[in-house]
Amino acid sequence: MRIELEKRAKISTLFSILSPFIAFLLMIIFGGIMFALLGKNPVTALYSFFVEPLSEVWSLHELAIKAAPLILIAVGLSVCFRSNNWNIGAEGQFIMGAIAGSILPVVFYDWQSPLVLPLMMLMGMLGGALFAAIPAFLKAHMNTNEILTSLMLVYVAQLFLDWLVRGPWRNPGGMNFPETRTFAADAILPEMIASGRTHWGFAFAIIAAILVWFMMRYTLKGFEISVLGQSERAGRFAGFSSRRMIWFSMLLSGALAGLAGISEVSGAIQQLRPVISPGYGFTAIIVAFLGRLNPLGIIAAGLVLALTYLGGEAAQLSLGVSDKVTRVFQGLLLFFVLSCDTLIHYRIRLVWYRFTASDLDGSR
Amino acid sequence: MPVEGATANSPLLTVSNLTKLFGSFAACNDINLQIDQGEIHALLGENGAGKSTLVKMLFGVLAPTAGEIVWQGRSVRIASPAAARKLGIGMVFQHFSLFEALTVAENIALSMDGNISLAKVAEEASRLSHAYGLPLDPKAHVADLSVGERQRIEIVRALLQNPRLIILDEPTSVLTPQEADRLFETLNKLKAEGRSVLYISHRLEEVQRICDRATVLRHGKVTGACDPKAETPASLARMMVGSDVAAVTAEGTSTKGDVQLEARHLSVSARTPFAVSLKNICLKVRAGEVLAIAGVAGNGQGELFDALSGEYPVADDAAVQIRQKPVGNRNINARRLMGAGFVPEERHGHAAVSAMPLSDNLLLARSRSDAKAFLGGGFLKIIRRDAVATATKRISEAMDVRKSGEDPPAGSLSGGNLQKFIVGRELDRQPAVLIVNQPTWGVDAGAASRIRQALVDLAKAGSAVLVISQDLDEIFEVATEIAVISEGRLSDPYPARELSREKIGLLMGGMYGKTEGTGAVHAH
Repeated sequence: MRIELEKRAKISTLFSILSPFIAFLLMIIFGGIMFALLGKNPVTALYSFFVEPLSEVWSLHELAIKAAPLILIAVGLSVCFRSNNWNIGAEGQFIMGAIAGSILPVVFYDWQSPLVLPLMMLMGMLGGALFAAIPAFLKAHMNTNEILTSLMLVYVAQLFLDWLVRGPWRNPGGMNFPETRTFAADAILPEMIASGRTHWGFAFAIIAAILVWFMMRYTLKGFEISVLGQSERAGRFAGFSSRRMIWFSMLLSGALAGLAGISEVSGAIQQLRPVISPGYGFTAIIVAFLGRLNPLGIIAAGLVLALTYLGGEAAQLSLGVSDKVTRVFQGLLLFFVLSCDTLIHYRIRLVWYRFTASDLDGSR
Repeated sequence: MPVEGATANSPLLTVSNLTKLFGSFAACNDINLQIDQGEIHALLGENGAGKSTLVKMLFGVLAPTAGEIVWQGRSVRIASPAAARKLGIGMVFQHFSLFEALTVAENIALSMDGNISLAKVAEEASRLSHAYGLPLDPKAHVADLSVGERQRIEIVRALLQNPRLIILDEPTSVLTPQEADRLFETLNKLKAEGRSVLYISHRLEEVQRICDRATVLRHGKVTGACDPKAETPASLARMMVGSDVAAVTAEGTSTKGDVQLEARHLSVSARTPFAVSLKNICLKVRAGEVLAIAGVAGNGQGELFDALSGEYPVADDAAVQIRQKPVGNRNINARRLMGAGFVPEERHGHAAVSAMPLSDNLLLARSRSDAKAFLGGGFLKIIRRDAVATATKRISEAMDVRKSGEDPPAGSLSGGNLQKFIVGRELDRQPAVLIVNQPTWGVDAGAASRIRQALVDLAKAGSAVLVISQDLDEIFEVATEIAVISEGRLSDPYPARELSREKIGLLMGGMYGKTEGTGAVHAH
């Protein structure tokens, strides 16, 4: 018996909708097997991982807080990926956005004004965009592979943040802890709803998703992005510049990652620390693909991946398993999402036997 | 070197009721075919008629779904190309499979079974190439050889197996007329030895000239078996296409107007190691004129198109002029706005994005030039889907584009229908200048005739048309003037009526200027 992949005459609409759900189901099944192997009851383990975090209001707020940066970053990445620019360094852009946005509340902490917060947000976007401009420049003008450069710059950003909070930006009244001073009230992103901690970062994420969705669906810019992503030569024929597209997509995704960074710092952490992200920039890649690179799908996918973070924390407490379980689930999900996409283009056939057309004279 | 055991009267190969299904689609449907000893048998058909599928089954690349292949009176199942070669079937593919970095002898040795020393292969190869009038230097590197010479390697490679039947897939599509003549001599030698040839082509003249019998395929079925010499090109075409192919009428040419497209000493250095550099190209196309640029593939046609279309603007602004304004450093959309339209050679991934629907592919070429009609919402540039859809429908109707739905992906259309759409989306604008690279490459006869007529009509209506083509039949059908490109140099233009095929062949081989005196090239 062998398995054959038969190319479909046209893309299956059914499977392009079903594929993320199949992937999610497979992730649950294999996650259950993993819990069983760890000696836990898979049903209760999965329950405490995926259902319990949704059962209380405060944890729903946590979900929104964690989903906000994932959605913001993934929306930017979707534009990159659709235009065939592989920005893998959103984590670094997130950090640089957080640093740039924190200049006002950390260095000019005396300045109190309603202008502080909007300026912080703008500077955060600028910081992320400028950091993304490095791989953009290298790709557009030096023909460098953006996957490598953007990824390597993540470690630059992480170490730069580490140096800042241990060195020049360390809180003078902070008992030598590696932290900046906490932000003043003017520099804190307020809560959206009275019932809990969800800050305006979540609103930014939803607005960004809707705006990018509108751009991709209705405007010439969106058309340009898909054309250049599918065929650079056809894009050139249309008069679109792939070099300008590198700049556009990298700067946009950098700015959104930077906005996510400063929103997270200003809304959730309220100071800078050596580590400000549990890998949002990388997880957002999964979010982008699980959401089919569609900004509205990304909103849903962002909530799902945020759940894996909460579930990981919950499982740590109630089951006593390592929080690395979160990473395992995220890895499983990305793997299954990408492999289920095969179903969109191919039909799977099991072939039980095959004509072994013997050679002419029957020998061999 | 006659073939041993060639009994004259029994058929060499009989194919009965051969069928190949891909899913529910029958690429070959109940095919019957008989090839006798020592005949050149033509397999005629449009693109997608099932010729390649049939041949792949004969050569063991595809397994038939049903039917029987009888070889020298024995029913056989051909499981692989190796098995086919063992039987005595040799094949020369349209696309060569040669390693450019290796020598001729090394390439031949690679395809041989068993351990034979290189020296022996070289000796045998040069003996064969000599015997069949296929001059080849076994020590030459393939990279240095012309397409015709590369084809000879493939033929010699097939001959080394001492085949009874040689299958040639569109062998002349890449050859100059002189090279083709030489190939025909070789084929006649093979025939004289009692070997058989299955000759796949859609060039009716050739088939009439060299083939003894012909089998015609259409939509996977045999639609005729005949003696091509007893038929007329029109009757053969009818069997191929199913209805009379409208002859392109170029009569009643309009009066020639001003120069609309001009290249002045256009030189472009090669962008990549495999590209051809353009050397001092001068051309003028007047309103009402169709200038055709003939030439064998890979002599700078693509590079010329890139420079004229503005996909790759050139440094010298005055080197390209559209409607007597310099546009050398302007991009393609600026040139479109001045009234030019462009049809590139490659349909998929250049002229069209295969996965996108036709309406998107319309927008692809016209988002800038028709911004007023297709875009709204000011700086947001919102696409007006209704307007684009209406135009798509208009173009599909005007060019008789057959498609499976209202707005299917470009990739789902057949080559001919997609090409009609791609040409149609430019004609729809009534461009003052139209530049087309290989207008009917790989397109069925019906669509080709329609496209050529459209080009002729556009010129008659007062536009300047530049056609870059490898197909001499096409060139003589549409052109009022003909120039030939060879190694990035362009010959002087000649009025189409005064130019013979032989002359074009000489020019294609880079002989330009030598007959006319060398100064002629820089006459402008």
